[in-house]
Amino acid sequence: MLLLAAAVAACGKPPPVVVHPADAPPERLSEWGVVLADGGDLAFNGGVIPYDLNMPLFSDYALKLRSVWLPAGTTARYREDREFEFPVGTILSKTFHYERAGERNGVPLDVIRADRESVLDDGGHLDLDRYVLIETRLLVRYDDGWQALPYVWNETQDEAFLELAGDVRSIRLNDGSAQEQFVYVVPDVNQCGGCHKPDHTAAEMRPLGPRAWQLNREYRYAGVTRNQLGHWTASGVLAAVPESPSEGVRWAAPGDGSTGQRARAYLDANCAHCHNANGPADTSGLDLAIGAAVDRRFGVCKPPVAVGRGSGDRPYDIYPGRPDDSILVYRMAHSDPAIAMPELGRSTVHREGVELIRHWIAGLPGDC
Amino acid sequence: MASCSGGERPEQQSAESEFQKQLQMQLIKAKPGDVITIPEGVHAINRGLSLNVSGVTLRGLGMDKSILSFKDQVQGAEGLLVNASDFRIEDLAIEDTAGDALKINEGRNIVIRRVRTEWTNGPDEENGAYGIYPVQAENVLLEDSVAIGASDAGLYVGQSRNVVVRNNRVEFNVAGIEIENTMHADVYGNVARNNTGGILVFNMPDLPNPGHSTRVFGNEVVGNNTANFGAEGTPVASVPAGSGIVINSNDRVEIFDNVITDNDTANIIISSYFATGYQGTRDMADDYDPYPETIYVYGNTLSGGGSSPDGFDLKALKVAKFGLTGSFPDVLWDGYVNTDKVDDNGSLLPEYAICVDNDTAEVLNVDLGNGSENIVIGDEQHRCTHEKLPAVILAAPLF
Repeated sequence: MLLLAAAVAACGKPPPVVVHPADAPPERLSEWGVVLADGGDLAFNGGVIPYDLNMPLFSDYALKLRSVWLPAGTTARYREDREFEFPVGTILSKTFHYERAGERNGVPLDVIRADRESVLDDGGHLDLDRYVLIETRLLVRYDDGWQALPYVWNETQDEAFLELAGDVRSIRLNDGSAQEQFVYVVPDVNQCGGCHKPDHTAAEMRPLGPRAWQLNREYRYAGVTRNQLGHWTASGVLAAVPESPSEGVRWAAPGDGSTGQRARAYLDANCAHCHNANGPADTSGLDLAIGAAVDRRFGVCKPPVAVGRGSGDRPYDIYPGRPDDSILVYRMAHSDPAIAMPELGRSTVHREGVELIRHWIAGLPGDC
Repeated sequence: MASCSGGERPEQQSAESEFQKQLQMQLIKAKPGDVITIPEGVHAINRGLSLNVSGVTLRGLGMDKSILSFKDQVQGAEGLLVNASDFRIEDLAIEDTAGDALKINEGRNIVIRRVRTEWTNGPDEENGAYGIYPVQAENVLLEDSVAIGASDAGLYVGQSRNVVVRNNRVEFNVAGIEIENTMHADVYGNVARNNTGGILVFNMPDLPNPGHSTRVFGNEVVGNNTANFGAEGTPVASVPAGSGIVINSNDRVEIFDNVITDNDTANIIISSYFATGYQGTRDMADDYDPYPETIYVYGNTLSGGGSSPDGFDLKALKVAKFGLTGSFPDVLWDGYVNTDKVDDNGSLLPEYAICVDNDTAEVLNVDLGNGSENIVIGDEQHRCTHEKLPAVILAAPLF
């Protein structure tokens, strides 16, 4: 905080957010003016609103700090069944970070394994003595659609650099009793589309998180807790929110929702960007979208198609009552790229996610 | 400079080669019409590559010269994933990927020519699933290529339309060539040797498109007797070692003018989805037809084969019916029929019949649905012909 204050004092007020042309993305993240970090703290620029999701995509236990910024005088529109409609010039950011568990620039980098949400302090900052920034991904809305831009943070944590070809980093997760080392992969720009083009035929980039059921929850804004949809509306960045917007269950609140509701939401957030009726994985005939019926197309008693080694000798995607005979569980519980699902964005196993899906399948009635 | 930050660009700590980054950048920044050249050499790649731009050609200097090696792949379910149309790939090899070597998802006008995909350690259940895998593609030419060691199918065309697979060589895969849920495919001039099954024409349930109309002709399908090393649960894991050409649940399939020899279970197998043992007790999808129908086998050169079937049941059946030194006939049929499509004798109506008009070749109905109680050879119902299927004509710009 002191360092940031010093930087701000030296340079004056932070410059405003800048939407750079689609064909000339800057090398440095700071040039967007959205995320401000000086090695001591991370903060957002004025007008940038942090947010969080009810049910995040698992990303190797990285904590994810999200933000939205809209050009002055513009608003996003609420939509019920897909992401909100954002105006041209919108910048979404997602900063992947971990809580430190060792020396500042160790190789591998020691961090804490924590299955939790990212939390800003009441001043709206992230303390970089406590946290280490890995990458920040931007989604920027242009006339002809969204563009994804991956930025990778430097060791001094005062700048992130554009890496269109992605990057890798050696990280070690520590949970108090055990350690797990893995290769953290920053996706390349093409791979961004591997998740963010949920309609594979239309092949247009889209944000995945900012949907009504994902955003309809509380968030702590500089010490004051408010509903996000209410806050966005009050801030003038969101219009047309209905009286009873869609609701979701919150992953970080274990008692929220039934096992079935939690499992459905988890599978939607982690699988349905590919496994939906029009997604890149419609080739499998498996549809895990939150609105889909829990039947054969959802994997219940469904034999696999082009599964390769991913079957793990199991006969069905979901075998009611028998999680150990269900391909879904097998693929979630593996990190070998030939077996692991999702295919992108994960090098480790999400133990808590596997546990939920196991528990859910164990309780499903019927036989195959 | 809009920022007060004075940050330094970090040193790359990754072990990735300059070549890999450069190739990724070429794929990311590609424009229609670009030709991306893969120079001679073995190029180590450790992450999956992908191409999302149509109209791009990827070209090496030969399938034994320009090699992308994924031996130490840490990420990506494929070596190269293409989500684009008007794509050409020629004269290079993709080796030792963790998952599939080359997958092309939903493109039109695809040419794959003189490409080799190989797992260099030979058959192994730890190998990736598919060598060359166009899926939901249209207008596909796959020729003069080589696929070795896939733990599922070497060449796998899924849910596609208008496909020509010709003059390829496939060896030591579980399935040499598999045409699945595909409409209008011509498979000819290929050599399928030492796979578990040589050439498969399958239809699987629960998929957007059923397949039909495949011609398999002028291929050499020889000695496909490699033990099945596919993971159980995959469709091909049900294929017995020693299968030459297998039709499963597909319709309007024509098999002619092939040389099919020394496939130890049978040179030709015609079966329903029930033979795979995957259907369980629940009803199948309403729109799925699990029966092979309108099959026409003629003019093939058949020899050897059927002498040492894979699996206890088939072995026992063979010994019981043909003795220790005897052999199965050239064509095995599981005997399942759709009872809505049979005559008073229980034989398929002429338009759906399984016709084998191939010199002295006999059909063995193994009567799988009744626990093989009534095994019969050379039933009258197979002495028939069908109207021949037209050739697949690739549309411009591939014709």
